[in-house]
Amino acid sequence: MSVAATHFNYLAVVVLMMIGLYVLFSTRNLIKQMIGLGLFQTSTALFYISLGKVSGGTAAIKIYADSVEGRMLAAPLDPDFVQQFGVGGVVYSNPLPHVLILTAIVVGVATLSVGLSIAVRIREAYGTVEADEIEAVTRVDAARVGRDP
Amino acid sequence: MSEIALQVNFALNIALLLMLIAVGVAIARMRSLLAAILLMGVYSLVSAVWLIVMDAADVAFTEAVVGAGISTIVLLGAILLVRAGPVRHNWRMTIAPAVLVLGVGGLLVYAMTGLPEFGDPASPANAYVGRNYLIQTPDEIGVPNVVTAVLASYRGFDTLGETVVVFAAGIGVALMLGFGPRSSLPPLPAAMGDHHVVLRVTARLLIPLIALFAFYVQFHGDLGAGGGFQAGVILAVAPILHALVFGLHETIAALPVRAVRSIATLGVLLFAGVGVICMINGGGFLDYDHLFPPGVEAIIPPGLLGDPDHAHQWGQHFGIFFIELGVLLTVAATMVTIFYGFAGRAVEEP
Amino acid sequence: MILFEALYVAPPALTAQAPILVIAGPLIGACAAALSPGGRTAWVVSVLTAVFALWMAVAVAGEVAREGAIDYALGGFAPPMGIALRIDALGATMALLIASVGLMGALYSGHALESEVRAEKRTLFQSGYLVCLAGFLGLVLTGDAFNAFVFLEVSSIGTYALVAVGEARDRRALPAAFNYLIFGTVGATLYVLGVGFLYAATGTLNLADMAPRLAALGDNSAVQAGLAFIVAGLGVKAAMFPLHGWLLGAYAGAPSLVSVFLAATATKAAIYLIIRFVFGVFPEGEFGENFLRWILAPLAAAAVIICSMQAIFEREVRRILAFSSVAQVGFILLGASLATTAGLSAGVFYLVAHALMKGALFMAVGAFAISVRARTVEDFSGIAREAPWSAAAFAVGAASLVGAPLTMGFLAKWSLVSSALQAGEIWIVVVLAIGSLLTLIYVGRILEAMFFRAPVRGAERASEAPVGVLVPLFVFSGLSLWFGVDATLPASLANASASVLMGEAP
Repeated sequence: MSVAATHFNYLAVVVLMMIGLYVLFSTRNLIKQMIGLGLFQTSTALFYISLGKVSGGTAAIKIYADSVEGRMLAAPLDPDFVQQFGVGGVVYSNPLPHVLILTAIVVGVATLSVGLSIAVRIREAYGTVEADEIEAVTRVDAARVGRDP
Repeated sequence: MSEIALQVNFALNIALLLMLIAVGVAIARMRSLLAAILLMGVYSLVSAVWLIVMDAADVAFTEAVVGAGISTIVLLGAILLVRAGPVRHNWRMTIAPAVLVLGVGGLLVYAMTGLPEFGDPASPANAYVGRNYLIQTPDEIGVPNVVTAVLASYRGFDTLGETVVVFAAGIGVALMLGFGPRSSLPPLPAAMGDHHVVLRVTARLLIPLIALFAFYVQFHGDLGAGGGFQAGVILAVAPILHALVFGLHETIAALPVRAVRSIATLGVLLFAGVGVICMINGGGFLDYDHLFPPGVEAIIPPGLLGDPDHAHQWGQHFGIFFIELGVLLTVAATMVTIFYGFAGRAVEEP
Repeated sequence: MILFEALYVAPPALTAQAPILVIAGPLIGACAAALSPGGRTAWVVSVLTAVFALWMAVAVAGEVAREGAIDYALGGFAPPMGIALRIDALGATMALLIASVGLMGALYSGHALESEVRAEKRTLFQSGYLVCLAGFLGLVLTGDAFNAFVFLEVSSIGTYALVAVGEARDRRALPAAFNYLIFGTVGATLYVLGVGFLYAATGTLNLADMAPRLAALGDNSAVQAGLAFIVAGLGVKAAMFPLHGWLLGAYAGAPSLVSVFLAATATKAAIYLIIRFVFGVFPEGEFGENFLRWILAPLAAAAVIICSMQAIFEREVRRILAFSSVAQVGFILLGASLATTAGLSAGVFYLVAHALMKGALFMAVGAFAISVRARTVEDFSGIAREAPWSAAAFAVGAASLVGAPLTMGFLAKWSLVSSALQAGEIWIVVVLAIGSLLTLIYVGRILEAMFFRAPVRGAERASEAPVGVLVPLFVFSGLSLWFGVDATLPASLANASASVLMGEAP
């Protein structure tokens, strides 16, 4: 029971990943496959961010400890905790996973755009975006290869 | 009083994650592609709120703009072009994926048990390199937003790679859907440009404001949440809105295809160029401390480049400024290229 | 590596920056190509950039031979705060291989594109090609796990689009490219997930920093899962059996230049990263040993036997070569799974050999395709009489693939067998023998059609490829022969790489 509480985020992230993979593998529609892929990629991002969260922390933008925000943030926390884990009197969350995920999100949208543009060309060339219909046509294509004079 | 704030944060975290799961399940079961895409937009927005609860301000901004913004636009463009109908469901197809997914999921759950507790400030991830960035940024870089400092300076090479990924995506979409000198644009049907007066007036008011906001996000990325990627996408929205309301033809007359592609290229060149200049001045690649030739403080009048007390940070500040500018150019131009690709394709079909 | 010690190809200031210039050169070249006014200019830019990249790669190899592993801190920040390139013997070998293939591909693209890519797309094609080249070079030179992901995606996104360009010749390139994109992105995401586990356990992304921290952790489910996901993700990119589904359609449908480039670099770069993680980052221990013995080796053996058999039943030559590539990846991984210096050396040597011979084979197929629509084995009947030079180069590549004496393939197979015998793994020797026999069968079919059958009556006559295409083709086949006779260069590189990985040398 305690594992579920302390690791809830990770379990939720696993569920989201599985939903994304399920959508990706169970549908034959190319556009829906891209959606599933997007879900899978976003949930990996959620995993990284969960790793970087510090309880009682705030966003990694510098705040002065003696300012209004600084005092408001330090109020609910134990002063020893702030002393040990804070930087300049304020506790921040880990900025490194944020940077990595920024990159990952942009890579994700780049992949999405290229994938969808290929899907549009497939629709023009095959008349459909259902993978099984495309496979049927591909098999006919393959059988016909080489017989042209 | 002390514990409640932390508990509220945790409760929000759980609630939002449960909402995400609910939306995810809804997307999985949705037959209509249009509904699924709009739900993806909702998913991105809920993720953005969750990211704010997780103290990831820049990421939330990016997710909202990229996930709920550009991704939705591109997906909608795609289903318009493929004339998609409802997705068919076959119960036989659900068994194998479900087994695979349960297997991988089980492995992942087993793996998760080996991870440190959620929110633990003493975990290896949070106590080592991540914490050092917080400690060293004020002195080495002097920029309040530590995420920008890490993104643009410490891990600037990753950001260069990411900019090249965006550039490559622009090339990819242009190769697949793009205009070339041989494909002639037939006269646009009237449907692309909407004639309704309210839309035209509102668009004329909004477009410059959108561009202004984009530049605000760009230049304040050092001080608060923001930066080149978010600003680039927001800036791209201005021509996209223009095309939707006034017609693609008008937009292309103002921003020709080749010009936009050249701007994307210039962005990458600017970024790489900064790196090369640093190399020429005696540092390493992207070593902003060597952006200015040595002795520049003696020549430049004090105060022009920044606070003279922190002269060793001038290179960092300007290095970050220029590379973020490069990112802005490439991202904005590529998003517009991608839009041109999808929107332009609609015209060529009978 | 000894041969490189005496090589001073660039002034010291340039050599010091060579590690990053290998990557930055193609990036800037890609921008120049995108801005070029026409296809011809873009081609010239491509060739010049590839020459520059190869020059810098040789400079780097020289430095590595003299100094041992080089570290290059990007942004002036030492790792783990900043990202660092780390180049040792293995990295230098891969960089040399990829840069050489990049140059040959760039030369080849001059004529090959004319028949396969529409005129207005050639500038973009060259730009995409250089971006891919930069991506692969960045991948093999970086010392940071997440930076490897970024460059993996840089190379992959370019590749997806380049494969899809083949639709001008064969519309099956489009679903193949889409499939490749799905598989490739799932693979990359699995890799990122694995890196996330490792980051959670160690707190750092720098590979050299991670290794001692992982060793200190001992058995940890998160670390083990990290290894599993990293290998699974990279295995998709490397076309490891059974994750190889994307490769068949992609190799068959892509323009011939892209098939050459993919066969010779894409899978090799992913295999490099697998080897780097398994032997360079992960701690030695029971989990690692069991993983190699019970998962990697059997899957590699299955690849060798099953895919070689599938190649025998295919009609289209490119699909035969594609199945063959998956089988050959199995050969490479069998060598690596031995976990001995000799085994790793054999694996790396085979990797280089395969890049050269598959490069030659796909280039020859492309050379035939310039003049005639030759796709199936029947189409290849009698082509040796019509295009003798290309056919000769094809025959050399095929002989190397089978492992005929005097070719590099023979030495590669021999070193695999001897390292397996040394390690006492007789079953691997049996698998290698069966695989070679099957290879002989499917290669023999093609050669027999080319040389000993008369051309099909009424079909178009093929003609010899232009000189611009023959030059890179002959370089590949020539090297397969040359290294078969005098293998000092690749053997020394492979041995040095293996020593570095097994920790016997810096």
